[in-house]
Amino acid sequence: MKIKLLKEEIESASIHHLQRISGEDLKKCYQCGNCSGGCPVSYEMEIAPSQVMRFLQLGKIEEVMKANSMWVCVGCLQCYSRCPKGCSVAAVLEGLRQTVLRKGEDFEKISKIPMQFLKNAPQQAIVCGFRKFVS
Amino acid sequence: MKIPYYPGCTLNTFAKSFDESARDAASAIGFEMAELKQWNCCGATFPLTPDNLIALSAPAKVLSNAGKEGDTLTTLCSVCYNVLKRTNKVLRDNREKRATINGFIEEEYDGSVNVLHFLEVLRDKVGFDKVKAAVKRPLAGIKTGAYYGCMLLRPFEDMGIDNAERPTVFENLLKALGAEPVEFPNRIECCGAHLAMNNEEVVTKLSGNVMTSAVGSGAELIVTSCPLCQYNLEKSQDKVVSSTPGYTGVPVIYFTQALGLALGQPIESLGFEKNVTDVMPLLKKKGIV
Ligand code: SF4
Ligand code: SF4
Repeated sequence: MKIKLLKEEIESASIHHLQRISGEDLKKCYQCGNCSGGCPVSYEMEIAPSQVMRFLQLGKIEEVMKANSMWVCVGCLQCYSRCPKGCSVAAVLEGLRQTVLRKGEDFEKISKIPMQFLKNAPQQAIVCGFRKFVS
Repeated sequence: MKIPYYPGCTLNTFAKSFDESARDAASAIGFEMAELKQWNCCGATFPLTPDNLIALSAPAKVLSNAGKEGDTLTTLCSVCYNVLKRTNKVLRDNREKRATINGFIEEEYDGSVNVLHFLEVLRDKVGFDKVKAAVKRPLAGIKTGAYYGCMLLRPFEDMGIDNAERPTVFENLLKALGAEPVEFPNRIECCGAHLAMNNEEVVTKLSGNVMTSAVGSGAELIVTSCPLCQYNLEKSQDKVVSSTPGYTGVPVIYFTQALGLALGQPIESLGFEKNVTDVMPLLKKKGIV
């Protein structure tokens, strides 16, 4: 695959915004892969945690926004816990989710959530799910 | 001893047996869990983007109410514990955020309350030796896997209850209760958490990994400290049984149910009937009931 690196993308407003709201410095990551190794859902992610960091370092935020990674992250903090550089991919992925949700765009429509889940699940699952998926 | 206690929404409804077994166990040991006079939902997730102050206002309100009733606050749900403890740290250490949040919730809270998980109360305030002395029905011979999950332990620098990779607090409690703790590889891995809302496949896989990892290490029982872990594991049980050759299921209960059992509480008071996989055959087999 051939990719074109552009200064405007690497230093784009959306990358700056993401670093500001997540509190993470993307350049700190040195691509050891510990986060992807420890992540319980990297097998399910279209772009694994360490790759998310690399894409973003190279300014490829659009690609990351299109991938399912941010929506399948369970927020378990294993990535952060095991990162030798103290990076939190969890915070970066939450920053990406927040970028979408703060625009008022829902990932899950409340009306589509199965009634059976709303009736039977523990309240904390519902509240947490709303926080992660609903604007 | 009287300790201010925050049950949280889920323990007040879905996970009543977690709440009740803990309160009864506390009084059997000789202290009281005094429910806060006023409390609200903690928000069920600590915001991972540090600029999201609005999400800290609900837990800040809980902490501020707790501050009016004492210098300590205990809770049972791992998620409530995580949210309250991390919020408290922000309020204590960050003057600017503290001023903004206090202004918003109209309180003057300074982060001085000590947030403790019930496990910490048992370990550090009561002492496991005292718990052991109160045991009337030892869980002898039950190989038990303590499932920590994520929120009790991570991030280490905020939670600090135990080593984030090799914790021991749960196993030490189980030893005090006479059980045989089993350390299993997936004991600090995620159950699938809030994906319960929209991704059953991932939850089944992750929860299945937890249960088969425990059983593979010899566990006959799993104990949890989070109603969402409990729900995800129990909900996945049947699917994992049918898709995993040789795996026949394992009872999953709250650690406070195991505690109450060991303390000799009446079996009917422990809420076992609400658990999906019946624990009674195991208890009978071991001669405990
Ligand atoms: S563990 Fe940290 S340094 Fe290593 S790839 Fe992941 S984010 Fe980068
Ligand atoms: S917080 Fe998200 S990205 Fe990090 S290890 Fe957990 S699931 Fe993976």
